[in-house]
This record gives sequence, C-alpha cells and structure tokens, in this order.
Amino acid sequence: MNLSNHIPILIIAIPLLAAFLVPLIGRINKKATGILTTLALSVSLILTIALAVKILTVGPQVYVFGATSPSLTLPSGLKFPIRIIFEVDAMSIFMGLITAIVSFLGAIYSLAFMKNDSGLEKYYSLLLLLTVGMFGMVFTGDMFNFFVFLEISSIASVALISFRGTDLGEPAEAGFKYMVVSSISALLVLFAVGIFYGQYDVLNIAAIASVMKYSQLDKIALGLLVPVLAMKAGAVPMHMWTPDAYSEAPAPITMILVVASQASLYALFRVVFSLYNISLNALTVGWIIIIFGLLSMFIGVTMAIIQKDIKRLMAYHAISQTGYMLLGVGVGLAVLANPAALQKYGITAMEGGIFHIMNHAMYKGLLFLTAGALFFSTGTRDLNKMGGLAHYMKYTTIFFIIGAAAIAGLPPFNGFASKLLIYESVYRFNPLLSIIAMVVSILTLASFVKVFHSAFLGPKLPQFKEVKEVPRSMIFAMAALSCIIIFFGLFPDLIVKNLVHPAVMSLIEQLQYTGTVLGGM
Amino acid sequence: MIGNLPYVAVVIFIGLGIYTLMFKKNLIKIAIGVVLIENGVNLFLITLGYRKEAIAPIYTQAPSGQAMVLPTPQALTLTSIVIGIATTALILSVAMMIYKHYGTLDTDQVRRLKG
Repeated sequence: MNLSNHIPILIIAIPLLAAFLVPLIGRINKKATGILTTLALSVSLILTIALAVKILTVGPQVYVFGATSPSLTLPSGLKFPIRIIFEVDAMSIFMGLITAIVSFLGAIYSLAFMKNDSGLEKYYSLLLLLTVGMFGMVFTGDMFNFFVFLEISSIASVALISFRGTDLGEPAEAGFKYMVVSSISALLVLFAVGIFYGQYDVLNIAAIASVMKYSQLDKIALGLLVPVLAMKAGAVPMHMWTPDAYSEAPAPITMILVVASQASLYALFRVVFSLYNISLNALTVGWIIIIFGLLSMFIGVTMAIIQKDIKRLMAYHAISQTGYMLLGVGVGLAVLANPAALQKYGITAMEGGIFHIMNHAMYKGLLFLTAGALFFSTGTRDLNKMGGLAHYMKYTTIFFIIGAAAIAGLPPFNGFASKLLIYESVYRFNPLLSIIAMVVSILTLASFVKVFHSAFLGPKLPQFKEVKEVPRSMIFAMAALSCIIIFFGLFPDLIVKNLVHPAVMSLIEQLQYTGTVLGGM
Repeated sequence: MIGNLPYVAVVIFIGLGIYTLMFKKNLIKIAIGVVLIENGVNLFLITLGYRKEAIAPIYTQAPSGQAMVLPTPQALTLTSIVIGIATTALILSVAMMIYKHYGTLDTDQVRRLKG
C-alpha cells in the first residue's frame, strides 16, 4: 500500500478523528484538548504542503472512496463515475493551503485566547469539524458531497459563533441569523443538485460538466447556485449576516470563518468555470459577478467607515475585500469566450482575484487577531473607549500596522501585489471599474487610519494601567501571519508563478478538470 | 396516475416556506419555514427517483425483469433528512438561548445587532 496516494483523505480523516477524540481527552485533562487540536491540525498542514508539492509537479490528484485503488475512477468499464471522488487540482490545493495555515494558527491562538472559557473540549471539537468541512468543500469532486461538507461547516460555525451565547444575547442572535442563511443556501444547493441528477443521472462534477447541455433546467440551477453561493461568501446585497457573525464569534473563529466564506467563493468559481465554463453566456454571468463585486466593495467600505465596534468595522472590510475577488474573477469570466482578450488581460485579472483570496485570508486574519488581542487585554471592542494602547502593547501595534498597510494596498505588503494585478487588468476591460476599486482602496486606508488613531495613539489612559501585552501563543500566531504577509509582499512573482497561475489555469481549462476523472473521453 | 402532482406539492412546500421566512416575525415560525423548504427539497429528490409500477430497489430479491425505483435519490434524501434534524435542533436551541436573554421571540425586538 502506497500511503502517498492516500494523502487527500488523510488530510480530512486526521482532524475528523481528533474532533471525536477531543471530548474524550477533555474528560481526563482539560489542558490536553488544545494541544491535541494543534497537533492534529499541524499534521494536516504538513500533509497539505506535501500534497501541494505533488500536485504542482505531477498534476491533479483523484481519490476514489471504496475503490480497490484510489485512482480507479471508472471501475469495470463504466462510462461514468459512480463512487464519491475527491478531485484535488491546483485551485483546490490553493484553497486547501489557506485552510490549513489559518486553522492551524487559529488553534494556536485559541490556546491562550480561550483559556478562561468553560466548555473548551466542545470548542476544540467544533473547530476541528469546521476545518474538516472547509477541507471537504474545496477537495470534493462530487456535488452531493459538497452539500454535505457545506452543512458540516455551517453547523460547526453556527455553534462556534454562538459559543458565548449562554452568557450573552448577541452571539445567539448572530448565530440564529447565520443558521437560517446557511440552511436556506444549503437546501437550494441541494435543489440544484437534484436538477442535475434528474437530467444527467450523475452527481460527479466532472461527469456533469462533460455532458452539460445548458438547457432551461441548467439555467435554473445556475440561477440558484450563483446567488446562494455569493450569499454564503458574504457578497452585497446578501451580506446582512456577515457583520453580525464576524463580530460576535471569538477572534480565532472569525479568522477561520473568513476562510469558510472563501470556500463558498471557491465553490462559486468552481461552478461557473468547471461545471458550466464556455457553455454559459459568459459575458452576462461575468457582469453579474462583477456587479456583485462592485456593490460589495463600495457598500462594504462605506458601512465600515461609520462603525464604532472594531470587529464589526473589520467585518464590513471583509465584505469590501470579497468584492475585489469577485471583480477580478468576474472580469476573467466575462472575457472567457474571447481568447484574445483572455490572453491579454483576462488571465491577469483572474490571477489578481485568486491571489487576493490568499492575501485577504492572511491580512484579514491578522487584523481580526489583533482585534481579539485588544479585546483580550482591555475587555472592550468599542473604539471610543480605547486609546493610547501603543504604550502597553508594542507587538500588537506593529502587527496591526502591518495588517492595516496590507489591506489598504500599500507596498511592500501583499495587498499591494494582488490589487495592482487587478487595477492593471481591469483598467483594460473597463476603466471605470478600476477607478472604483482604487477609490475603495483609499477609503479603506482612511478607515484604518481612524482605527489606528483611536485605539493605539494618544496619551496613556488611567483605566488601562493594568493592560499588558498578550500571551506568547497569541503573539506567535500573529507573528507567523505577519511573516507570510511580508514574504508575499516582497516576492509576489514567486507566488503568482508557482501557486496562483496554475490555480487560474485549472479553472479556465475545463477539459483538464473533466479529463482527470473521465480519462480523456 | 399521480402525474406531476408531487412536483406541485414541492412548489407549494417551498413557496409556503419562503412566505413564512419573509413575513412571519416569530423565531419558532422561522424555524418551521426552514423545515418546510427542507421537506419540499426532500420530496423533490424522492420524486426524481420514482418510476411507474416499480418496486423497492433490493437487487437480490427483485423478480427478473421488474423495474426498480432509483436507489441513489433515496440515499441522498436519507442523508439530507439526517442533516436536517441537526440543523433544526441547532436553530431551535439557539432560539431558546435568545429567549433566555431577550425574553421574547419577536424578531422586531431581537435587534441589538444593527448598523
């Protein structure tokens, strides 16, 4: 038995096993739960990196459940795949890497951040389940399996958002909103899966894509899937759950929730590019996604400026940054049917959008963690009550500056690299879109200058005399994210060439995706 | 005999569910709305696998030549029902927590998070 063929399932199986071990261990020793979680997620991280190296050198990997060999997609001469299949290509592993890094750092940060809470074994168990759900959503090659993992991640994240709901009302309120939104979206995804199954008798994404007729029913399914997945990703005008859920969840969970939203965004791109690709009316759907992106960018940032709660402000910025990804990829989709324009600026626009997913996960995660550090030390999230904290929390101040500069797109941080790719290429598609994107970037900077000024600058305040720097595990998580941000900012070419470009090409080239499962039929 | 009647029922279920979600102000009724949509989707899946005068899909016990209904939609529906129970339980328990803190289930009064 060659273990390296089984890596895709091990990445999911190890956290899943740990998720059910943690409550048992918690009976014996409460402290051990966090350490076990961190260990399981670090194994997942190492395996994900190993799988990424394999995929980027050899090509897409498939894992077939229950087959005699993991790569046997079509047993005994069948024309279509009947088993559940994981299909991990460059785009999936790109999202997988983000998931692995963020969940690992989230677990480390939780070690100190959550140490005063009760019910920790449940917290870590849910955190592991949320990670499993996200890995599953990005790895799976099966529509129904996607629905199952979507529900796993939503149920775990609702329980985590309302984790402090036993003591406070607001987390429960946010959790209720998120639960209703995510169960409706999951059910409509299931309805679309039913439409596909009724027509083509298969559930495998590659198999559906290869027989896609783009009939009236397929248009209905597309009309269900696009808004629903955009809603789960937090795009305006379906964003009402985002600020509540992001601001009420504990800080490490908020960081992971950002990636969970992006897993839905990944699913949206997978549906339009791998499932429909050229058969849909690319210009119309592309413009719909661009308009979602524009609305998210602009409304997100204008709502952020007026916020007083630091995490709520950052949550609106998360909506606004999602807009950049939708804009970049939307432009790529709009010119999909036009090979000349696609070569000239479409691919660059998509590279910008996809690169922005990873950058956003890193700097927004860092910013949410600094907000968590402020809350941990001062006990408040209200910006009007903070002030002069740079005197007491030197490391947190530095990390906040790095995160804020990255989100505002200042060089040499990673936000600049992906935003520049988007500006350049979108300008050649439609100059107005690029100008709006730049204005939003300036407003973002303005809003973070305000946060920096009101939280960190100013004289020492008497009520914060006891405030100390946060514990080491929280510093470590923030420092690791800062290093990644600076590394990506200094060497963007390296990342774009080796990680982002293969991811974009695996989205655009539908035949490569279907061929991996169907063997070049 | 029944023709397209199940699909009509699916539309009614999902329509009623969406109506409940949009116009009812009680958190428990919102939970009921979600369950209605879920039932509609489950009925849709099970109807897709229906074949006229077919029998249950147990391969070893079927008389030869007899048509069988599709087993896959039934497996999907079963999974979806199990997930649905978890979702409903979670929605109701969160509603319970809200009632404990706010003393009401009216959505107009459960509004501390806004702006």
